[in-house]
Amino acid sequence: MSNPVLCDELIAKSYEELTANFDWSVAERELGYKPGDPINIGWMCSDRMCRIGIADKVALYWEDYQGNQERFTFDDLRVLSNTVAQFIWELGIQPGERVCLFMDRVPELYIGMLGILKTGAVAQPLFSAFGDESLLVRLQNAETTAIITQKKHVHKVRKIREQLPNLRHIIIVDPGDSALQEREVAFRMEQMPRVEDFPVYPTTAESPSLLHYTSGTTGQPKGAQHVHYSIISQYLTTKWALDLQPDDIYWCNADPGWVTGTSYGIIGPWSNGATQVVLDSGFNAERWYSFLQKRRVTVWYSAPTAIRLLMKEGTDVVRRHDLSSLRYLASVGEPLNAEAVIWSEQAFGKPFHDTFWQTETGCIVITNFPGMPIKPGSMGRPFPGITATALNTKTYEPITETGIAGLVALRPGWPSQARGYWHNEAGYKAKFKNGWYLCGDRASIDSDGYYWFMGRDDDVINTGGHLVGPFEIESALLEHPAVHESAAVAKPDPVNMEVVKAFVTLKRGYEPSDDLELEIMNHIRKRLSPLAMPQEIEFVESLPKTRSGKIVRRVLRCKEFNEPVGDLSTIMDD
Amino acid sequence: MDDITKAVHDYVVREYLEEGDEREVTETTPLISGGIVDSFSMVSLKRFLEKKYQVQIPDADATPDAFDTVQRIVALVHRFQKPATVGA
Repeated sequence: MSNPVLCDELIAKSYEELTANFDWSVAERELGYKPGDPINIGWMCSDRMCRIGIADKVALYWEDYQGNQERFTFDDLRVLSNTVAQFIWELGIQPGERVCLFMDRVPELYIGMLGILKTGAVAQPLFSAFGDESLLVRLQNAETTAIITQKKHVHKVRKIREQLPNLRHIIIVDPGDSALQEREVAFRMEQMPRVEDFPVYPTTAESPSLLHYTSGTTGQPKGAQHVHYSIISQYLTTKWALDLQPDDIYWCNADPGWVTGTSYGIIGPWSNGATQVVLDSGFNAERWYSFLQKRRVTVWYSAPTAIRLLMKEGTDVVRRHDLSSLRYLASVGEPLNAEAVIWSEQAFGKPFHDTFWQTETGCIVITNFPGMPIKPGSMGRPFPGITATALNTKTYEPITETGIAGLVALRPGWPSQARGYWHNEAGYKAKFKNGWYLCGDRASIDSDGYYWFMGRDDDVINTGGHLVGPFEIESALLEHPAVHESAAVAKPDPVNMEVVKAFVTLKRGYEPSDDLELEIMNHIRKRLSPLAMPQEIEFVESLPKTRSGKIVRRVLRCKEFNEPVGDLSTIMDD
Repeated sequence: MDDITKAVHDYVVREYLEEGDEREVTETTPLISGGIVDSFSMVSLKRFLEKKYQVQIPDADATPDAFDTVQRIVALVHRFQKPATVGA
């Protein structure tokens, strides 16, 4: 196995040394930030890069599946994000208001986020494959003022806009010749007068920056509220955990509709002054390898689902490409299985380094640190500055023995920790026990301090690295005329780790059939998203319930995982 | 366009192309890499094919590559269709 070329700090100090005397102020100093000063992510990722002398360096090489290409320097980022900011400001959008980004991976998405942040408004990125129902609940909850979208997605906004009285502006980046409707306005970024100077709003460390929605077991998705100070840990984790250096060419596969796509697809690389590449294309092994080869990618941050899809395509297709530029590989989303780590060593001569974090943490918190021996299948060890543990499930005290499964918990206080859930204080408070933040995952810690993922501690389904809440799926299932009751649970899957399986009882007059199963699957795909679509529907006569009539998903989930259900006596009395 | 090709093409356009998406879908338009059908939605497309054409497509053969165009999907269906009975 070849060793990665590490950045200066990682060469000079071991993991133990970095951890022992760690202070986040190292990142503050490197970013030129003094506590109490204004701090703005939009400015840090563009204007600051020009000030430190890399205005002409390429910040983004963008390409789509048809081969269309664009290139943006850091000075382009500065001027074009100013242009977005000016446009938003002239619409009358105030600091603190939420502006949703609802686009495919087009340049306007990346640059638009910086522009929104420069005005002091809050960026609310949403995955463009969301159906109208998923979009509606998130825009309603956030009381979103404006949405920036594309012509191909605007029909979903039009369907729901009457239910969104706060949504004053629908900004379309590629309106074409079609007539604009009520509340719609065109913004063709490349045709707008370039704005050289924009008075960046003086946000401070605790000013809200991003609102990322994530799913829980109960209720609708929760908006994790991040602040501008989050850049401190996003910058440093990109540098140390992904080993990103100024001369790297970096590719993050994640869509900025999810937190990985903003923390490590925008903020991390650009605050480090690195060149990143974006391929706006669905999965295709040949195309991905060609892109890696063509762009001479050196650092690649991918996901287990993508890696397992690549594994399915075999190593012959790898051998047909020159991937010698690859220096460092990392993965995030769901646990990376040992087979995938071993396969990547065979295919690329390098292992993927698993990293663990989530929407609420805002940055990598447990990781296979560069230079540290990898234990295939392990999540790694806590990032310096992160105090992690596994808690006893009953006492919420740290487990002192090795190898015992407990709740993954973090001591609050790192810079990018979400400051709350939007309009849901109770939901946020419930994430803390005994002074620890609970991640919702179970893991054990071995004698070397490595964490080993054991599973979720709730009913949330982790499919392809994205959390899907059963409540949202069940609510949408009940909208189908044939569905009487439903339960959505996780089912093991060799590629996506878990997929959604739905158990459904039918209303009188409906009979189970293949046609009905496909119809219900497509109903969920369109209303919510492809991720939320049950990959299997089992029609049943009845669902397991507590004495008060609450559906017990655990019984169904355990059946799918072939696990013992355990003692149900307490929950059956709920 | 033969019957199977037309049926698959029409199903893809009806079920997966977004309302405002004006792209023309031909037999060779990239569906997966073009972002029209994603790897999760492939399952519902596979289910449609299995039901309509009474075929069983093994998971190992249901790769993003095999589903990337209407042409490839049709080839996949033909591959797993039982040969017609003589005289039928």
